[in-house]
Amino acid sequence: MSSSAHTAVHHVHRDDYGSRMGMWLFLFTELILFGGLFIVYAVYRFVHQQEFHLAAQELNTVVGLLNTVILLTSSMTAAMAVTAIQKGNVRFAKGLLWVTVLFAGAFMLNKYFEWSAKIHHGIYPGSPDLLAKPEGEILYFGLYYVMTGLHALHVIIGVVFFLFILRQIGQGKVTPTSYVRLENSALYWHLVDLIWIFLFPLFYLIH
Amino acid sequence: MANVAMPADRAEPNYLEVTTNSHKGILGWLLSVDHKRIGLLYLYTMLAFFAVAVGFGFMIRLELLTPGKTVIDAQTYNQFFTLHGIIMIFLFIIPGLPAVFGNFFLPIMLGAKDVIFPRLNLLSWYLFIIGGLIAVSAWLMPGGSADTGWMFYVPYSLRTTTNVVPALLAAFVLGFSSILTGINFITTIHRMRAPGMTFFRMPLFVWSLYATAWVQVLATPIIGITLALVMIERALGVGIFDPSLGGDPVLYQHLFWIYSHPAVYIMILPAMGLVSEVIPVFARRTIFGYKFIAFSSLAIALFGSLVWAHHMFTAGMSDTAMFVFSFLTFFVSIPSAIKVFNWVSTLYKGSIQADPPLLYVLSFIFQFSIGGFTGLMLGALSTNIHLQDTSFVVAHFHYVMFGGTGFGIFAAMHYWFPKMFGRMYNLKVATAAWAVVTVGYNLLYFPLFISGYLGMPRRYYDYLPEFQPYHMVSTVGSWILIFGLIVMFWNLWRGMRSGPKAPMNPWGGVTLEWTTQTPPIVENFREVPTVTTGPYDYSRYESAAKEGK
Amino acid sequence: MSEQTHEHGHGHVVPYGKYVFIWLALIAFTGITVTAAGIGLGNWTIVLALAIASAKSWFVLNYFMHLRYEDAVFKTFIAVAFITFAIFITFTFWDYSFTR
Repeated sequence: MSSSAHTAVHHVHRDDYGSRMGMWLFLFTELILFGGLFIVYAVYRFVHQQEFHLAAQELNTVVGLLNTVILLTSSMTAAMAVTAIQKGNVRFAKGLLWVTVLFAGAFMLNKYFEWSAKIHHGIYPGSPDLLAKPEGEILYFGLYYVMTGLHALHVIIGVVFFLFILRQIGQGKVTPTSYVRLENSALYWHLVDLIWIFLFPLFYLIH
Repeated sequence: MANVAMPADRAEPNYLEVTTNSHKGILGWLLSVDHKRIGLLYLYTMLAFFAVAVGFGFMIRLELLTPGKTVIDAQTYNQFFTLHGIIMIFLFIIPGLPAVFGNFFLPIMLGAKDVIFPRLNLLSWYLFIIGGLIAVSAWLMPGGSADTGWMFYVPYSLRTTTNVVPALLAAFVLGFSSILTGINFITTIHRMRAPGMTFFRMPLFVWSLYATAWVQVLATPIIGITLALVMIERALGVGIFDPSLGGDPVLYQHLFWIYSHPAVYIMILPAMGLVSEVIPVFARRTIFGYKFIAFSSLAIALFGSLVWAHHMFTAGMSDTAMFVFSFLTFFVSIPSAIKVFNWVSTLYKGSIQADPPLLYVLSFIFQFSIGGFTGLMLGALSTNIHLQDTSFVVAHFHYVMFGGTGFGIFAAMHYWFPKMFGRMYNLKVATAAWAVVTVGYNLLYFPLFISGYLGMPRRYYDYLPEFQPYHMVSTVGSWILIFGLIVMFWNLWRGMRSGPKAPMNPWGGVTLEWTTQTPPIVENFREVPTVTTGPYDYSRYESAAKEGK
Repeated sequence: MSEQTHEHGHGHVVPYGKYVFIWLALIAFTGITVTAAGIGLGNWTIVLALAIASAKSWFVLNYFMHLRYEDAVFKTFIAVAFITFAIFITFTFWDYSFTR
């Protein structure tokens, strides 16, 4: 995100502090983006309390719990990668990033099986089974697909960021003295974790 | 003052002559990360979109000249006012001041070489262009462009067979562009100020951009997700807002206005900042109440996010919500009024020099005040029930957005033109164009207050014959306005091509942009300036005036 | 302006052990929230769930995201962001919590 020099005219202006500040501001926009969905969720849950409770029975708490543990752990490995590069341990940092990416893959695999099972049971947007249900349940599953889907999209973006950083470490562009891009990617990943921390109880734990 | 600082002769090539990359010609512009070149890219593209939207506005007014069909059919009319709204809002009014003049002058006013993320800056211009092209291209697709109005209210936007998704996608992309500009500006203001440039020495235009940028960052994502939800609902049949699936259309309106009310402050705040720049220069006085104006920008940003549901008084909200939102609406007028008082106090006893930039600013104050007061009438519950969805609302909105921000953009063009292009336009023609534009503008919109008060609904294709006199005056006003705009832009264009060379500081401004070369060099300053005083130090003029010189 | 001081990197190194400790706390909180959801607290379930989620967020923000070690300006920013969201959601409920 920081400015870089293309030519002699533009001097290299490096400001890691400014880059982190820009990243945080970007994270706020992500937070508010999901915030809009949480407002929709809050209103519909308030209006259709019973139906939300009934619909949530369909979700598998164990799958949700497993994904929570996976994401929390991956967040730890991402944070550790920053420490590793600060300590000059580039190999370890790379290893930790690969572990984080693997956890992200596990999360997505889990999600895939979860959604497949739902679709197999005839619960997907516009399906006859879903449309036969009461309104509150239609809204619950609409929000379930949209919110976990948008979150999954963010998981994918996070993985792309990490793969990009791994490449840049290989090219010597992210180093123990210049690692703000790794820091910012880790910040993004923690935000993905943060959103899941709220999605998990709101969808899986309202029995 | 400033002309002491540097000789007028050019020692270094300016930004129009050299770019930041190795390309020549058009690529030297399209790939340049120089904030000034990006500002001009925004200027030209924004004006192109503006011309298109004026064309749609002209057709709307022409159609309303007589009851029944005049030139276009009802469906086309619906699509035209939708396109007019989308283009004017997202491609002209919102980027008008921040993306064009903010990009160009924010770094210079701070004494910086560029914004902090120059490549991100270029990316947001590309997103702007992509969004704009998507918005306009929907017109050419089978099914035609959206006919929902720029608010895309559900459930109609879920049911219509026109191309709503491209319009929503365009607004989404443009929102992303706006967010990136906001992030860039906030970080630049925090990190790139020259030595000695404390927050309270920043020009008020910068303060207003700061407040605007925060609203851009914190409110825009809400419209992003809301429009995305409508797209998802249309494309995949997910139940979110559709009442036949249990959804609540009023919730859509809440989310839409949570962004779109603060968005009107994204539109007006930079114009207020511009007014605060122009007035001290043309009155030769230090601005009255600097800190009040600076903080009122932040106060407007804050209060502006507490009042969104005053757009929904007839939508079926709870009585409590109606009371709370109406009550709070009155508070927004306080910081706006503080600004108007301070501007007028600055003009009082100043040595006023009535050049075109100040003339546009005076029109701004006059028209913004009318727009503001009629806003109070609309914010009060009882009168709102009567006036909601009439042309009174249309008139109010255009008085603040066009009479305010639009005229602010025109003022900015005339104020900074010599610095941006190094040449001068014809002042007499500019003054004449201002007079025509102001007369045409008021003739166009004022009758809509009266017909709206008498019951003329907004967005109607047909109307009762008793409203025709108002529509006729209004349509004639639109012709005068467009004529004035053509003269204004022709004059600026001619000045840019062949006007006389402009001096470094034609108006006698004291902010940093008037201390750089005209046009500015690539990195703005030969050496980083050090700031020792506040932004509008006219004490020399004022003491001279006191001694009666 | 304290924010002017750091030019390159802040360089605060958080030891690995601390991250493991935070991770354990987060897992423990997850355990509590799952258990509490199972015992039927009625309307308090959601309150407790959100309280625990907020506590977990506090740890993630402060330690994983290094907010603790950042300048006051970062903390002010995030406060502004959270207050804004709080306004959006509470003001929406001026409508929904009362008879329409």
